[in-house]
Amino acid sequence: MYRYDEFDASFVNQRTEQFKDQVRRRLAGELSEDEFKPLRLMNGLYLQLHAYMLRVAIPYGTLNGRQMRKLAHIARTYDKGYGHFTTRQNIQFNWPKLEDTPKILEELAEVEMHAIQTSGNCIRNVTADHFAGAAADEIADPRPYAEILRQWSSLHPEFSFLPRKFKIAITGAPNDRAAVQVHDIGLQLARNAEGEIGFVVFVGGGLGRTPMIGRKVRDFLPEEDLLAYSEAILRVYNRYGRRDNKYKARIKILVHETGLDELKADIEAEFEKIRFGVLRLPDEEVRRIEAYFAPPPLEVGASTSHTVEARKASDAAFAQFAAHNLNPHRVPGYTSVTLSMKPIGGIPGDASDAQMDVIADLAEKYGQDEIRISHEQNVILPHVKLDDLPALFDQLVAAEIAEGNAGLVTDIIACPGMDYCALATARSIPVAQRISERFGAAERQAEIGELKIKISGCINACGHHHVGHIGILGLEKKGEEFYQVTLGGSANENASIGEIVGRGFSSDEVVDAIEKLVDTYVGLRSGKEETFLEAYRRVGEAPFKEALYGAA
Amino acid sequence: MKVITANRLLNGDVVWLGDNRGWVERITLAKVFEGKDAVAEGLSQGAEGEKNQEVVGVYEMDVTVEEGVIVPVRLREKIRAAGPTTHPDFGKQAQAVSV
Repeated sequence: MYRYDEFDASFVNQRTEQFKDQVRRRLAGELSEDEFKPLRLMNGLYLQLHAYMLRVAIPYGTLNGRQMRKLAHIARTYDKGYGHFTTRQNIQFNWPKLEDTPKILEELAEVEMHAIQTSGNCIRNVTADHFAGAAADEIADPRPYAEILRQWSSLHPEFSFLPRKFKIAITGAPNDRAAVQVHDIGLQLARNAEGEIGFVVFVGGGLGRTPMIGRKVRDFLPEEDLLAYSEAILRVYNRYGRRDNKYKARIKILVHETGLDELKADIEAEFEKIRFGVLRLPDEEVRRIEAYFAPPPLEVGASTSHTVEARKASDAAFAQFAAHNLNPHRVPGYTSVTLSMKPIGGIPGDASDAQMDVIADLAEKYGQDEIRISHEQNVILPHVKLDDLPALFDQLVAAEIAEGNAGLVTDIIACPGMDYCALATARSIPVAQRISERFGAAERQAEIGELKIKISGCINACGHHHVGHIGILGLEKKGEEFYQVTLGGSANENASIGEIVGRGFSSDEVVDAIEKLVDTYVGLRSGKEETFLEAYRRVGEAPFKEALYGAA
Repeated sequence: MKVITANRLLNGDVVWLGDNRGWVERITLAKVFEGKDAVAEGLSQGAEGEKNQEVVGVYEMDVTVEEGVIVPVRLREKIRAAGPTTHPDFGKQAQAVSV
């Protein structure tokens, strides 16, 4: 895994010292809130409904046991014993005190972590496929490139005051698990005819109040041009992106208003000016960074394990877990295991300090000391020996993170919603909990098959509702919570924005409505192998609409 | 009817402006302001609290008084006054003191 070099360590320490002094000056009255707010946001510190919230970066969702244990320690010592994994592969603490935050940042720096650029109008934490470096379908590990982008974008002086925030995602596999097409820049690793590595580049995707799928601007960007091209995109955005209206300030609006061809020409012109300059990636530097992500030494084994097969035959819960929570590994004899942070009726993405400690222990014992956080708010152990699965599963059961529901109807993404968030217009988590309870029976979930439900508590769409197969958006109508339902969204390589199915539902009605949609799907699918999304794309919205609102 | 609310600078706790210009931890202890002028006066008292590094984000919010108890109108403010509905063990709802 990537280790901080002396530059990283020194800037993180510097930043921690600066923030400590800024907090001191704020408390002494030398800085007003208006002066302090942008400073605290640059260090991931928000003020929410009940308390401050600290968002800690987990670059490309990768961490190790020691780092996870530190997060557990912070949850226990400075917070209320839990943390919340987010859709940007970060973790949020919901109850830190302002006066404690410099100390928390110091503790994070001890394990090479920080909260820099988890907020503000800058380039945010770069996200990546959570199976990176392990997946069987991968062209190459995307994390070295994510790390190169992290180094380039960290405290980049030119891009510290962008018109609005800027999000980059990268995937190394043709099956996009990183939602790259709904990012400001989406990168998909590809190989050209000569076998060289490069990137398909998408620009201008995004969710929020104006959801858009990214537009392809390059079919193949050579590896060496990654930074120069990214810089060219950022420069064009920084120059022409709208600053007059916060709601029209993202690059997606610029793409939309300028037109793809003109914007592409602007990017290419800027790129030509800088492509042979300092940002050209030297091959040896890429290989040096790549070495940090060298795969752990894994012994090739049999692709089926007798231990696993025997346990599957005798234990239905294990069989369910094995059927849904494993992703094929590139090394036979290994698998990537999803630890579900979606217990039935639980809060999506929440982990207690004790669970974080267990995850750290299990990663060290069974997972080559590697942990990933997925944008779907789960935790992954990317390199687990098949033969170790039964023992691992038993310990997951004890820690209550063994639900075999990855990718199923109860594996719901939900933003914190109005239970925490100052921007929210309705609650998200309680809706997720009730849906989870409604569909919680193992057989029913398995029968329904792959179905992604995503819930946001406001139009900003942190819960990615636009790209849910079923999306739920919480709004306020006449003082009551009110939920709008969208169908047919997807964040994978065939990305699409969901369409509003009709009038929304009250909090009391919404779970029944979701059940009607699911039952309708089960009734009309061509077979069990046709997923909800495929069925929706085949038949369109009419039968779903009819199920919800009756015949027109 | 309105009360003035904010978060404490030091720990982010939800507070309301009480009698005697102090900030109180429970909405039941808040001072109710009626009429435009009274609310403006309340907000200016709140602004003092901001200037003195006691609180941040001062604003007024609608309430009703039901059987002598102050009740927020909007769900958002009900949640602020009590704590996350998903965690009855956290926030003000978890504090044993009753007023």
